[in-house]
Amino acid sequence: MTSAKIIGSVLGLVFTVAGVWGGQRLIEQRSPGLFWKALTVLLLVGGSAAGFLVSVPPLPIVNESIRNLFFHVPMWFSMIMVLLVSVWYSIQYLRNPSPRLDTLAHESAKTGIVLGLLGLATGSLWAKFTWGAWWTPDPRLNGAAVAMLIYGAYLVLRGSFRDDQQRARVSAIYNIFAFAAVVPLLFILPRLSGPSLHPGQTGNPGFSQYDLDDTMRKLFYPVVIGWILFAFWLTQVSSRYAFLQSKHDEN
Amino acid sequence: MRPETEPLPVPLLREITTLLAKDFRLEWRQKSALGGLLLYVGSTVFVCFLSFSLRGGQPPAPAWNALLWVILLFAAINAVAKGFMQESPGQRLYYYTLVRPQAIILAKMLYNALLLMAVALLGLFLYTVFLGNPIQDAPLFVANLLLGAVGFATTLTLVSGIAAKAGGNGATLMAVLGFPVMVPMLLLLIKVSKNALDGLDRSVSDQSLLTLLALNMLVGALSYVLFPYLWRG
Repeated sequence: MTSAKIIGSVLGLVFTVAGVWGGQRLIEQRSPGLFWKALTVLLLVGGSAAGFLVSVPPLPIVNESIRNLFFHVPMWFSMIMVLLVSVWYSIQYLRNPSPRLDTLAHESAKTGIVLGLLGLATGSLWAKFTWGAWWTPDPRLNGAAVAMLIYGAYLVLRGSFRDDQQRARVSAIYNIFAFAAVVPLLFILPRLSGPSLHPGQTGNPGFSQYDLDDTMRKLFYPVVIGWILFAFWLTQVSSRYAFLQSKHDEN
Repeated sequence: MRPETEPLPVPLLREITTLLAKDFRLEWRQKSALGGLLLYVGSTVFVCFLSFSLRGGQPPAPAWNALLWVILLFAAINAVAKGFMQESPGQRLYYYTLVRPQAIILAKMLYNALLLMAVALLGLFLYTVFLGNPIQDAPLFVANLLLGAVGFATTLTLVSGIAAKAGGNGATLMAVLGFPVMVPMLLLLIKVSKNALDGLDRSVSDQSLLTLLALNMLVGALSYVLFPYLWRG
């Protein structure tokens, strides 16, 4: 491992921890938070527009579909981030149970599922135009699909309880358990299970090899941040709605 | 969990062995459950034999492999499902006052592991008798099979505890919760057993076996940490 790789992993870890910590602050924020929401809109709208317009390296087969980097990859990044937030809420719930933490964990997981489905859809669209099929039995793709099944099971589990407290505790336990199963599915197994067509996998070049003049990178990182902020925003809105609903049901 | 001030005269190991002995005794007394499980494996293998005999004998190696794991997976779900579900809430409360939750989950995992290992070996025996034996590296295949049985047991024990809490349609819920969680393990198991079937060099399977072991340990440790919270309710 070179020192650049070590620095990269440490930076990634710091970014993740800061993201989970900051994400919780943003989701639970009571003030309007105009600044970061304006930033999100700017990054998402501007990033998407730039994603279609910026010049990309001309490559055979991939052609213009390389622009999916600005849509597909940030969706997965933000899914992982918001699911991590959800797991952290579940851990907090087990240490110190309250209906509030349960709702926050549930809404974060739901946001993660939405982003995961978007990631599957954009990936599938991309695969149709570069690989010629909507779906292939690729380890990476299968891992992502099973991850979605696991979170589907989480929603089914939540639906099968009558007692609120019981539901909150048991689904927090399953949430932690499920995330521990998702991590090897998405990050360890695809590296072990042989040939994969997915970019950046088993010797396939990721975008970093093509992006010689760093133009894609300069757009990619802001878009990732935009999508992660968007995930937190979405969770904030849906959890506020859930809180209002439970308040309404009580009266 | 018990308050820290209360003395715990019985060591954890004693609690585990007592619970394990209790589970075996219960199993022995209710022979119908064990018999049902064995019959389940036997009849599934026989149905496979009958359907392949239509096509003239032995299935091709990949189908042989896939079918074996499907049979074992469903047998494991059935075997583990009854563990927590057959206990009444009153019984659970009684255990709660007697032993630590950690002892309960460890004993249950150990018991399920032993049960599933026996079922897997018996299933493999019947399977090879009826559907032929294309295995080229038998020691690796059996080791992988046993590792798989232990993995099924560790994963499904906590899942069955969760499904039992939900009540109602426990077995269905267990399949819904358990299958996707088991996919990582299952993929590795099928890969290694395919290597063993084809008689590939052992070094090819090293990394997968290590990952399997690590996954088993991860799942076991998570169950150990999470079960007390599940049990508290």
